[in-house]
Amino acid sequence: MLRDRLLSPYQHGSSPLHRWPARTKLGVALAIVLLVVLLPRNAYPAYGVIGVAIVAAALWSRVSRGQLLLRLALVEPFALGIATLALLRPGGTELFLSMVIKSTLCLACMVLLTATTRFTDLLQVLWRLHVPALLVTTLALMHRYLFVLFDEMERMQRARRSRTFVAGKASAWRSSAQVAALLFVRASERAERVYLAMCARGWRN
Amino acid sequence: MHIPDGFLDLQTAAVAAVVAGLGIAVALRDVKRNLPPRRVPLIGLAAAFVFAAQMLNFPVAAGTSGHLIGAVLACVLVGPAAAVVVMTAVLVLQCLMFADGGVTALGANLLNMAVIAPAVGHVVYSTLKGSTGGLRRTLLAAGFAAWCATLVASLACAAQLAASGTVPWSLVLPAMGGVHMVIGLGEAVITMLVLAVVARARPELLRAGEPAAAAINSTTAFGLLAALGLVAFVAPFASSMPDGLEHVAEKLGFAASATAAHAAPLPDYAVMSLAGDSPLLSTVLAGGIGTLVAFAVAWFVARALTPAHA
Repeated sequence: MLRDRLLSPYQHGSSPLHRWPARTKLGVALAIVLLVVLLPRNAYPAYGVIGVAIVAAALWSRVSRGQLLLRLALVEPFALGIATLALLRPGGTELFLSMVIKSTLCLACMVLLTATTRFTDLLQVLWRLHVPALLVTTLALMHRYLFVLFDEMERMQRARRSRTFVAGKASAWRSSAQVAALLFVRASERAERVYLAMCARGWRN
Repeated sequence: MHIPDGFLDLQTAAVAAVVAGLGIAVALRDVKRNLPPRRVPLIGLAAAFVFAAQMLNFPVAAGTSGHLIGAVLACVLVGPAAAVVVMTAVLVLQCLMFADGGVTALGANLLNMAVIAPAVGHVVYSTLKGSTGGLRRTLLAAGFAAWCATLVASLACAAQLAASGTVPWSLVLPAMGGVHMVIGLGEAVITMLVLAVVARARPELLRAGEPAAAAINSTTAFGLLAALGLVAFVAPFASSMPDGLEHVAEKLGFAASATAAHAAPLPDYAVMSLAGDSPLLSTVLAGGIGTLVAFAVAWFVARALTPAHA
């Protein structure tokens, strides 16, 4: 679960969907999501059409179907959880159905987008849309070091596990907190080095 | 707490997005003004850190486990305005890269977890900590702030869902509030544990997060924004029951006798038995009890984590 969630969602390929500019893909995806959200609750034929379109696009992109389904399965539970609450109100079945369909369609659309578009390309789009520079810089740095920090965290956990024989609940909490704290200490030390490296390459605030 | 697409109506999503945008704009301006350029990469790294730390498991019971949310942790470690930017980056990345949280609900998610949570956390933290707080007081303040931030963010989330007519208010508020009162305790303990280790390893990192002179200004601004965000969603419910106050007053008369009758086994069951009569009252009662418990937990953990004379 851990590994799968953090595994980069982008899957390299050379399908036409991959080669579309990120701007277009993001625009189309947002349009579809907005359309699905705005559709009336019982517009089942429309849902069907959109669903078929997304599945067709997924097949056309030739991305691993298992990967797509796995990602969908990882983000679906919370949607189902909230939708279940709707079942408890009178006449909630229709509401429940429409919410599940809507959220699944939107999720599928976004999962497909992230599977065929590099995050750095999406950042470029945000940059050109004049999202504040500080935010884009933060996102870019975050994306760049996310995997580095995650590997570092895993190494620390492995080291900890190989030295611990008794794992009670209290000690598990303590050691997880210790890992998190040291991860922050290392991250802030790394930030200093990153700053020096950025300055050395001519970065200006 | 990530709201997916298809759960909010357009109005709610738009209002939430506007308020969230305002909050983030205030935070960005504050960071640009007060943060030395040397610390800009730290915001990016801190965002990556929060994301990675959210993956750490804390075993609870029967195979389930909780994880950190990190708004207050970020608040203490990098300062409130930077924490808003950090949480914004985390949520945008989760939305655009992992489809976690809807695109149309991004504004609402940002409002709850990137604006309201750090704002509430910061206000509680800086109030409780005071100007000359020692380590124990810092930990206590951070723990209690983490609990408050988690709870308030979940209530805002519940309010948005209810305002969209997705789920009834009377159902989603106790459900979200109840669950997050417990989750908040976990968040509080984790936040305190992490901060205690950071304080031992690199005490100067804790001081680095403290904002300098502009603190009061941004505290007020954040407090106001958080209040605005809450009021925007909670007010409609208050006004839709104009006789709500009278109702409560009447029930309070009832409550006095009811609690007297149930005096011995007060906690859970008394509250529960009132729930049938007045959901509002029992919610308030449960909230009060929960707050006391959270404060007590924060106090005990803070004592346990600090040496006798610190």
